[in-house]
Amino acid sequence: MAIAKQEVRHIAKLANLDFSEEEIGRFTQQFNSILEYVARLDALDTSAIEPTSHVDSGSHALRDDVLVPSISREEALANAPESERGHFKVPKVIG
Amino acid sequence: MSGACGGTIAEIRSLVSSGQASAVEICRAHLQRARDVEPRVKAFRALLEESALSQAETIDRDRREGRPLGPLAGVPIAVKDVLCTRGVPTTCGSLILRNFVPVYDATCVARLRQAGAVIVGKTNMDEFAMGSSTENSAYEKTCNPWALDRVPGGSSGGSAAAVAAGEVPASLGSDTGGSIRQPAAFCGIPGMKPTYGRVSRYGLVAFASSLDQVGPLGLTVEDVARVLQVIAGHDPLDSTSAPLPVPDYLAALGKGARGLRIGVPKEYFRSGLDPEVETAVRSGLKIAERLGARLEEISLPHTEYAIPTYYIIATAEASSNLARYDGVRYGHRAHDVHQMGPLYVRTRTEGFGSEVKRRVMLGTYVLSAGYYDAYYLKGQKVRTLIRQDFERAFEKLDAIVTPTSPTPAFRFGEKVDDPLAMYLSDIFTVTLNLAGLPGMSIPCGLTRDHLPVGMQIIGRRFDEEMVLRLGAALEGEIKFGARRPSLDGTS
Repeated sequence: MAIAKQEVRHIAKLANLDFSEEEIGRFTQQFNSILEYVARLDALDTSAIEPTSHVDSGSHALRDDVLVPSISREEALANAPESERGHFKVPKVIG
Repeated sequence: MSGACGGTIAEIRSLVSSGQASAVEICRAHLQRARDVEPRVKAFRALLEESALSQAETIDRDRREGRPLGPLAGVPIAVKDVLCTRGVPTTCGSLILRNFVPVYDATCVARLRQAGAVIVGKTNMDEFAMGSSTENSAYEKTCNPWALDRVPGGSSGGSAAAVAAGEVPASLGSDTGGSIRQPAAFCGIPGMKPTYGRVSRYGLVAFASSLDQVGPLGLTVEDVARVLQVIAGHDPLDSTSAPLPVPDYLAALGKGARGLRIGVPKEYFRSGLDPEVETAVRSGLKIAERLGARLEEISLPHTEYAIPTYYIIATAEASSNLARYDGVRYGHRAHDVHQMGPLYVRTRTEGFGSEVKRRVMLGTYVLSAGYYDAYYLKGQKVRTLIRQDFERAFEKLDAIVTPTSPTPAFRFGEKVDDPLAMYLSDIFTVTLNLAGLPGMSIPCGLTRDHLPVGMQIIGRRFDEEMVLRLGAALEGEIKFGARRPSLDGTS
């Protein structure tokens, strides 16, 4: 299933990425060769096969709901590009 | 203190515990070695001289004061820059994390410290562990110590090169599709991807969460076992880490190969396999036979579907995981953008390199409306078939042996413009990540150009003991360890 430049532009928008026209052209070409390779999966009939989302390691993700220490607010903000009064600071969201 | 540098973990540990050498002397010797060879190898993103020496001083004080020493006391270890280290920049090979300083240690790093290991530096890698040559690092190109004009493999290229160049006896890497085993093969050292769930992923920067696993690289199989012993085991901070006891891996090493049933899958010896790689792996298999193992040709019929399946699943998970890099909570933020939407786009477009963008795009596509069933769901179903191939084979086998990579180390630039050719260099390793199995590459010979060849030993889930046992038996006969790169050659 071949993919067109227009579709690559749409995917870029979904992925929050911006590309030059030249990059879009190159991506389209590379996408098509990768997708052509991926298309060999079509040869397999998988209608009766259950999907594997991950290989179960037998873990028990649930624990008792008890309060445990966590990182401080100061530490949580330590890597923020911008913060103010204990909050992450971002540009205005609603105009 | 020349005796310490180039020594194995056991040798260093015994020098420190007997007092023949101080941890500080050993640390200094390794840092000096690193300073000497780094201009040529460039394995490290950063050397942590000050904190390493202060950790070493603590070990020496503990010894003087008679406190018990950990199993890695005074052993210099390098850590891939994808693992969080408290107070030490962790860039993941990416510009988007250029200034990121974690406020906590990854569990495996914390366990190394508790065991007395001295963290000497963070190693270079393909950006976000996406690549097979370390050429995708945003910072520098790491060179293969065996041939400086060739890649060390990837994505844990720095961790493999640092060990091969004698800068450290062992290191940590991460492996999503072969990123420990392939560079180990290219650099002529052992390297293991443990079973999914064996080692905590807490503090490992996520690439593809259902495939990622942390593991050790070392000068010898025993070094790999000693590091695995420390980092393995359940961690309540990783909900996928397995609540299983950790066996005594050193005890598994001396058990030999007699009576072991080894499968040799015919699909891994087909066209595309470099003849010199095949010769070296076949000679390794002959040694296994000589040691009393029984070889059996087997079939893993869905092998040819592994790469397309892997690139659907890995990119889908990556596109989701990497959505977090938005310039809000940490990492790079684009300057002078005054609206949220454009801030995300500019930040990500400036911060990610081209391979990361390609994979995020591919992952976004396979998850997008209208394509989910055709690609992502299809990939997950084929993943089931690949997993079942192995389950069936292991009903009557102890281990499976294959080449680690279809070729030895390639030259810089050789595959960088052809993503598909680069992806195909992982053809023998991605199957284990899809099936969650443990695997280790050990060196089994050199090509005419003096490039190392690796053979991959695959075990049942959570049977790292068998992988180490067979690896140690073969290593003892192959005697590759005596060969070290000269660090002045090209090919």
